Amino acid sequence: MISIRFHGRGGQGAVIASKLLATALFREGWQVQAFPSFGAERTGAPVAAFLRADHRPITAHYQVYEPDHVFVLDPVLLQTIDVTAGLTDGGWILVNSSRRPEELELPDRFSIGTSDATAIALAHGLGSRTNPIVNTAIVGAFAALTGLVTLESVVDAIPDLVPIKPDANQAAAREAFAQALGRRAGALAGREG
Amino acid sequence: MTTKVMEGTHAISHAVTLSRARVIAAYPITPSSGVVELLSEMCADGRLDARFVAVESEHSALATCAGASQTGLRAFTATSSHGLAYMHEMLHWCAGARLPIVLADVNRAMGSPWNIFADQSDSLSQRDTGWIQYYCENNQEVLDTIIQAFRVAEQVLMPAMVCLDAFFLSHTSEPVAIPDQKLVDAFLPPFAPPYALAPDDPRAFGGLPSGDGYMELRARMERSMQDAVGAAETAAREYAEMFGRHHPILEEYRTEGAALLLVTSGTIAGTARAVVDARREAGEQVGMVKIRLFRPFPFAAIRAALGGAKKLAVVDRNLSFGHGGIMASEIRSALCNQPSAPIVFSYIAGLGGRDVTPAVIDDVVSATQAVERPESDTLWVGLKE
Repeated sequence: MISIRFHGRGGQGAVIASKLLATALFREGWQVQAFPSFGAERTGAPVAAFLRADHRPITAHYQVYEPDHVFVLDPVLLQTIDVTAGLTDGGWILVNSSRRPEELELPDRFSIGTSDATAIALAHGLGSRTNPIVNTAIVGAFAALTGLVTLESVVDAIPDLVPIKPDANQAAAREAFAQALGRRAGALAGREG
Repeated sequence: MTTKVMEGTHAISHAVTLSRARVIAAYPITPSSGVVELLSEMCADGRLDARFVAVESEHSALATCAGASQTGLRAFTATSSHGLAYMHEMLHWCAGARLPIVLADVNRAMGSPWNIFADQSDSLSQRDTGWIQYYCENNQEVLDTIIQAFRVAEQVLMPAMVCLDAFFLSHTSEPVAIPDQKLVDAFLPPFAPPYALAPDDPRAFGGLPSGDGYMELRARMERSMQDAVGAAETAAREYAEMFGRHHPILEEYRTEGAALLLVTSGTIAGTARAVVDARREAGEQVGMVKIRLFRPFPFAAIRAALGGAKKLAVVDRNLSFGHGGIMASEIRSALCNQPSAPIVFSYIAGLGGRDVTPAVIDDVVSATQAVERPESDTLWVGLKE
């Protein structure tokens, strides 16, 4: 069982990101479950979404408290939310950020990834400068860093989940896949991740 | 057959389309809105040959379904919580008029205060209105149950409610197999009621009857509800033969020789499976029984499944104020007058969407094992005061 938590702000597409990754994993033979945090959804407010994937049917229905990986769609959330809560050591924290992983000052026991998903989204006309839709890009970056899912499955799943501008979203996922930056857990201690 | 990752709300929409409903009337309410959003799109783009009626209230939604069903058309609506409460008068009417409408209720807590999360008290407070009631564990079961509900309802001419937990199913995306239309058509024949409102065959419906027949009509409704137990069992079995998925009206999970049985419904049953597995691995005689069909209450199946256990731990995500867990109280009544009856522990958990994790269910098992009898008729789980 793999479980993932997505942190974002209402309107950024965290829920769609969870569904997109779930659909891509399902195409590769995983059983999946994706769901939003059960709170009122308000544009701009912090939101969370969750994903489970397993090679057996998933019968449990409750929130994810100990994720294996975490997405952070808005880097400002790093200052206001403990995105590492319950996170498994060695798990990926993938942040939408123009900075390099080592610049984020996150603990070395986690693998840190960054993707400038906002710039990529805007370059492809996804959302607006104040509200870029970064979900397809950041899922592309996740595929590159973790290898849990192929880029092709992500790209193939996009038209179903994102019916508006599917081509631009697919291009954003490909670009983020190519540009993702990662630092494995334990890299600072000189150990293999 | 194709399998797609979809939310529970959309599993319902696909099931309604496969069931070839002809009239859909609804007033959207969170968290059920997705059901009728997709259905309205399906009606607009021709995927479903049905009239979509956007009404001004839930009361009108069910009244519209009643009119459609009375003319012999398959009718469907979806709602939640306060919407279902607003339908209350029409729920009684549809049952009395013998209209086999299917209603999807996304189980949501009742206000005050406002709460949009999972709680079965909305539909369970409608249990005496004459509607068949199913409770579902996952989105596949939701899709399959909607199709079965139309068949059972139309066979016994009583309306049916298919209930699913808010968010834990309604907004959760899971793989759902969408059966082939031809197979569904073979399973669910066209709706052909014995009497229908038609201009060329005038009849009176629902008027004030002369004479003294009301009580006999109520007795006929009750006989039909009892018939629905067998009809639901047959529908589940034949559905399994055609589609390869069996959802028993009462499911027994690893109950062989179990001294302690968890009894629950909805998504809590799914989460409980791993707890039962872990206890069995530890050599403990623990099993789980899932209530899928709640109305008509399957007395014989309940007695057969539960009568041999020493203790029952019933977990209710619902509450009847001044009485306790609703499913627990119904189980107690079913076990009354039986030669041997287990001790019933009644737990209230997860009201208003509070998470029921494996740890919560495991604590329930431990608490039930720890004492011979419960220290009170109702036990609250995880209260913060």
